[in-house]
Amino acid sequence: MLALWRNSRVRGWIFQLVALTLFLYFGWSLWDNLQTNLASRGITTGFNFLNTEAGFGIISHLIDYSESSTYGRAFLVGLLNTLLVSVLGIFLATLLGLLIGVGRLSNNWLISRLALGYVELIRNIPLLLQIFFWYFAVLRSLPSPRQSVNWGELFFLNNRGIYMPAPIPEQGFGWAGWALLLTLIGVVLLFRWAVRRQHQTGRIFPRWRVSIGLLIVVPLLVLALQGFPLSWELPALKGFNFKGGLVMIPEFMAILLALTIYTASYIAEIVRSGIESVNRGQTEAARSLGLTHGQTLRLIILPQALRVIIPPLTSQYLNLLKNSSLAAAVAYPELVSVFAGTVLNQTGQAVEVIAITMGVYLLISLLISLLMNWYNHKMKLVER
Amino acid sequence: MVWLRRNLFSTPFNSGLTLLTLYLLWLAIPPIVDWLFLQATWSGESRAACEPNEGACWAFIDARFNQFIYGLYPSEAQWRVDLAFILLGVLFAGFFIPGVRRSWIAVLILIPYPLVAWILFSGGSWGLEEIDTAQWGGLFLTLVIAGVGITASFPLGILLALGRRSNLLVIRSISIGFIELIRGVPLISVLFMASVMLPLFLPEGVNFDKLLRALIGISLFQAAYMAEVVRGGLQAIPKGQTEAAESLGLGYWRTMQLIILPQALKLVIPGVVNTFIALFKDTTLVLIIGMFDFLGIVQAATTDPNWLGTAVEGYVFCAAVYWLFCFSMSRYSVSIERKLDTGH
Repeated sequence: MLALWRNSRVRGWIFQLVALTLFLYFGWSLWDNLQTNLASRGITTGFNFLNTEAGFGIISHLIDYSESSTYGRAFLVGLLNTLLVSVLGIFLATLLGLLIGVGRLSNNWLISRLALGYVELIRNIPLLLQIFFWYFAVLRSLPSPRQSVNWGELFFLNNRGIYMPAPIPEQGFGWAGWALLLTLIGVVLLFRWAVRRQHQTGRIFPRWRVSIGLLIVVPLLVLALQGFPLSWELPALKGFNFKGGLVMIPEFMAILLALTIYTASYIAEIVRSGIESVNRGQTEAARSLGLTHGQTLRLIILPQALRVIIPPLTSQYLNLLKNSSLAAAVAYPELVSVFAGTVLNQTGQAVEVIAITMGVYLLISLLISLLMNWYNHKMKLVER
Repeated sequence: MVWLRRNLFSTPFNSGLTLLTLYLLWLAIPPIVDWLFLQATWSGESRAACEPNEGACWAFIDARFNQFIYGLYPSEAQWRVDLAFILLGVLFAGFFIPGVRRSWIAVLILIPYPLVAWILFSGGSWGLEEIDTAQWGGLFLTLVIAGVGITASFPLGILLALGRRSNLLVIRSISIGFIELIRGVPLISVLFMASVMLPLFLPEGVNFDKLLRALIGISLFQAAYMAEVVRGGLQAIPKGQTEAAESLGLGYWRTMQLIILPQALKLVIPGVVNTFIALFKDTTLVLIIGMFDFLGIVQAATTDPNWLGTAVEGYVFCAAVYWLFCFSMSRYSVSIERKLDTGH
C-alpha cells in the first residue's frame, strides 16, 4: 500500500480522482440547491421570457424598439449599444494612444514629460470615477437646452447632449454607395498590380495617395452628377428641447470619453514599449540603405514593433469591451444595464439572464482573441 | 543653454511645438491653480459659504471628511477602525526593525491580525457593540475590500497558475476553464452574480453577508488575472531548474516552494503589483451593487441639497486619494524591482 503511495503516477491518479469527485459533487450540490431554491421561491425557469413583452422604454436604440417589444428585442438593443460604444471607443482610444505613445518617445523634453504626466495621471484613477466625473460634473452641468452652446446654428451642446445635423439621403443617393463599392474593388486590383509591378521592375507606384484620392473623388463625382441628392435635417429648439437632427446623449458621451481617455493611457504605454523594442541599429541600417524617414517607419520599424504591440493591444481592446459595462452606473442602456439590470429585476430569472450576459461577453472575447491570434500568426517572424 | 537647445529647440518643428505647448500650458495652468488654491473656500457650513469665491468649494470636503473616511460607521465606535489600522501600521513597521524575523511578522499579519481586525470592525464579542457591515463605508470600506482582495487573490492566483501548468489533466482543465471563464466576462457581471445569483446556489437558510459576497466575487475575479501573471513567470523558468530539483530528491511542492516560485515571483513583481492596482481601482465597482465605498459615499454626498454644485470638488478630491494610493503602489513596485534585481 505504501509502495503504491510512493509511486508518483498512482498518486497523480488518486489526486485527480479526488479533485474530479469534489468538483462534480460541488457542481451537483449547487445545481441541487438551485432547483430547491427556485421551486421554493416560485421562480419560473427557461428562456420563454425572451418572447414576452418587455414593457419598459430604452432611451437610446439603434434598431426599432418600443415598450411593446419583447425582452429578446431589449437584449439586442443593449448588445448593439455595447458594440457601438466599444467599437467607437476602440477606434478613438487607438488614435489617442498612438499619439501619446509617440509623444512619450519625442525628443522634445516638454512633450515627452506631458505625455508621461497624462499616462501617470489617468492610469491611476479608477475608470468609474472618470465616468462619473464626465457625466455628473461636466456633461450634466452644461446649460439647459434654451441656453445651449451654439456653433454656427449647426451644433448645439447642452445638458441633454450634443445635437448635430442629420444627413437625409434622397432619391439617387444609393448610386454613390455603389460607386464607392466599385472603386473599392478597383483599388484592391490597383494595389495588386502596383505590388506586382514593383516586384518585377522595381518602379514604385504611389498607390496610397492614388487610392485614397480615388475613394474620395469617384463617389463625390457621382453625387455631383445628380446634383447632390442629400439634404441635412437641422436640430431646432421647440419648446423646452431640441427636435430633429442627430443627438448624442450625455450618458453615451460620458462613457465614450472616459473609455477613450482611460484606455488610451494604456495603449500609449504599449505603443511606446513596442517601438522601443525595435533595435536602434534597424533604423540606422534602413537609413543607410537610402530609405526615407517615412519608409523606415512604415517598412522597417512598424512591422517589427507591431509584433510586440498586437498581443497586449488585443487584451486592452477586450478590456475596453468589458469596461463598457460600467456604463450601467450612469444608466446608459448597454447590455449589462438593460439586460442584467432592468430585465433581471422585472423577470427575476437571475440564472438565465446572468448566463446569457456572461455568455455574450465570453463569445465576443473568444472571437476577438481568435481573430487576433490569426493576425499574430500571420505577423510572426518567419525564421530560416 | 545646451540642454535647452538639445531638448526643446533642436529643429524648427520642435521649437514650434515647444512654443505652442508652452502657450497652451500658460493658458491652462493659472486658472487651474486659481480654482484649486487661490480662489478656493476652505471652510463653511453649506454651499452658500462658497458663493462669494470663484474657486473650489473645499468646505464641502471639510464638512464631510469624517463620512468620506468611515462611511456610516457610528462615530462613537470609530476608534475601533483607527486602532485596527494603527495595529497594521505597527506590524508593517516591524519589517524595518533590524533583527526581527520577517517571516514571523508576515505570519502575524496573515493569521491573527485579520481575526482581531474582524472583531474590532464588526464587534459582537469582547464587549464591543455589534456593527452591521451595511454601515461600513468610505475609504475604510475601500481599504478593507482591497486588503482582503489582495491577500486572498495572490495565493489563489498562484495555485491556479500551478494548476494550469500541472501534468494532471483534471486539475489543468479545471484551472484553465476557471481562468478563461473569469477573464472573458466583466467584473460587474461577476459582482451581479455574487449579489443576485449566489443566494440561489446556497442551501436553504445559509445566507452570506453582502460584503462577504462582494469580497468573494472580487477575490475570485482578480485571482484569475493574477494566475496569468504568475504563469508568465513560471514559463520563464528553464526546465532544467525543475529537473535539477527533482534529481536532488525534492517533491513537487518542495520544488515549487524552494526553487521555482521564488525565482518566478521575482520576475513578475511588476505584473503582480499592476494586478493589485487594478484590484484597488476595481473596488469602486461595489457601489453598483449598492455599497458605499469611498467613491460611492462621495458620489452620494454630492447629491446633498445643501451642497449642490460641488460635484467637481468631490470627484477631484476622490481622484487625488485614489491616485495617491495607486501611484505609490507603482513606485513601490519599481523600488522593490531594483532591490531584488540581482542581475544575472
